[in-house]
Amino acid sequence: MTEVRRLVVVGASLAGLRAVEAARKTGYDGEIVLIGAEEHLPYDRPPLSKAFLGAADESGALPEVPWFRTEETLRDELGVDVRLGAPATALDTDARLVTVGDDAIAYDALVIATGAHARVLPGTEGLDGVYPLRTLDDSLAVRDKLEAGARTVVIGAGFIGSEIASTARKRGLEATIVEALPTPLVRATGHEMGAAIASLHELNGTTLRCGVGVSAIEGDGKVERVVLADGSAIDADLVVVGIGVIPSVDWLAGSGLTLDNGIVCDENLWTGIPGVYAAGDVANWFNPTLGERQRMENWTAAAEQGAAAARNALDPDNAKAYGTVPYFWSDWYDVRIQFVGSPDADEVRLVDGDPASGGRWVALYRRGDRLIGALTVNGQTEIMKYRVQIMKGGSWDDALAFAETRRRAHEEKLAASV
Amino acid sequence: MKCVTVDFDKCTGLGICESLAPDFFEVNDDGELLLLKAEISDTELQEVEEAVNGCPTEALKIVDQ
Repeated sequence: MTEVRRLVVVGASLAGLRAVEAARKTGYDGEIVLIGAEEHLPYDRPPLSKAFLGAADESGALPEVPWFRTEETLRDELGVDVRLGAPATALDTDARLVTVGDDAIAYDALVIATGAHARVLPGTEGLDGVYPLRTLDDSLAVRDKLEAGARTVVIGAGFIGSEIASTARKRGLEATIVEALPTPLVRATGHEMGAAIASLHELNGTTLRCGVGVSAIEGDGKVERVVLADGSAIDADLVVVGIGVIPSVDWLAGSGLTLDNGIVCDENLWTGIPGVYAAGDVANWFNPTLGERQRMENWTAAAEQGAAAARNALDPDNAKAYGTVPYFWSDWYDVRIQFVGSPDADEVRLVDGDPASGGRWVALYRRGDRLIGALTVNGQTEIMKYRVQIMKGGSWDDALAFAETRRRAHEEKLAASV
Repeated sequence: MKCVTVDFDKCTGLGICESLAPDFFEVNDDGELLLLKAEISDTELQEVEEAVNGCPTEALKIVDQ
């Protein structure tokens, strides 16, 4: 095997950054090139639909941009050749070259972490006030409108859209969510829990309209209203489109990589082509912990896969499988929603609390006789105990017994505090 | 002796650390992180390092004391 002298990382968000940092932690002292399509240095995305959209503090300062590292840290401490502002446009796996603009950048090892891009509504290009929320620039544009007191319509009742509606409400603005499906969040949390979580919107003064599509977004230069398929219209100064993302793989057409819902990889995040690994939202890999193929769109997977892909790319003979119990969280109103595992279950059972009361609840997901997932709403002290159980392959019966112990303990604690 | 420290100004209680190193971390009912112990033995170092790397708010650090 040839020694790696140049590691190229395509994608300068979380997974790409973690790839670079992990490479240095292994002691690798060869060249590293980090390619980012955006002009910006790496930044953290979860705050962009949450705290970053918030109002100014008492001193009048708006929330700061969540940068990860300074340019000096990347260049001087980590020794990275950072190339920002132009995307990679082609990959030649025979010649081991990545094309960026007019440059062909040679690699010995390659980590692809190009992530995903927001789906857009066709026909809204050029209409001011209509944005997806994926990048820092998107978030800055949305925040400007919120600052101006925009009447907000969110299209898509997924996590991102729900967080934005929640932020608008927190600012005292009118917010409406329009969702084409009859129940939101089914893919992420299953049918029953999707409906239960969505009930948080009405409880907090956001109008949620499910089962109705958008027929037009109208306005003269800037958005004025959203027209729905049932003929009704909602006045709006800001429309945020949160209808999902598409893995960013167009540039890999003809590269020889297997593309199917992202880049298909094995459990080592290897694409099957020598030297080429993938990480983050773009990677469709086999997760040995759950025994299923997955493409994650969450922070934890991006961070861990970035590091794992770089380590394996630098030392393929000692490659280690990357397995995880997926985890994501979402903050709406003053509620924290957390999910671990997989929603692909034979049964979902509410084991503590009651969604109708809007407080705190815990639901468990069963696959066969195994615990496969857990959802908590304001159950921060519960959720990770189930993640540990899922990691260890814990049984459904044990999880139910544990849940009952926890429920009783919580009840007693509440009774004692009255 | 290596110890783990928490910057409570950064921590938002997401709990990834608890799932990776439950002997060290637990999030309470109010969503606040409790540091159950700080001193790290050689056999525990790897799990605590994973918790440090897994923290989305970069609130954890391992220091020599």
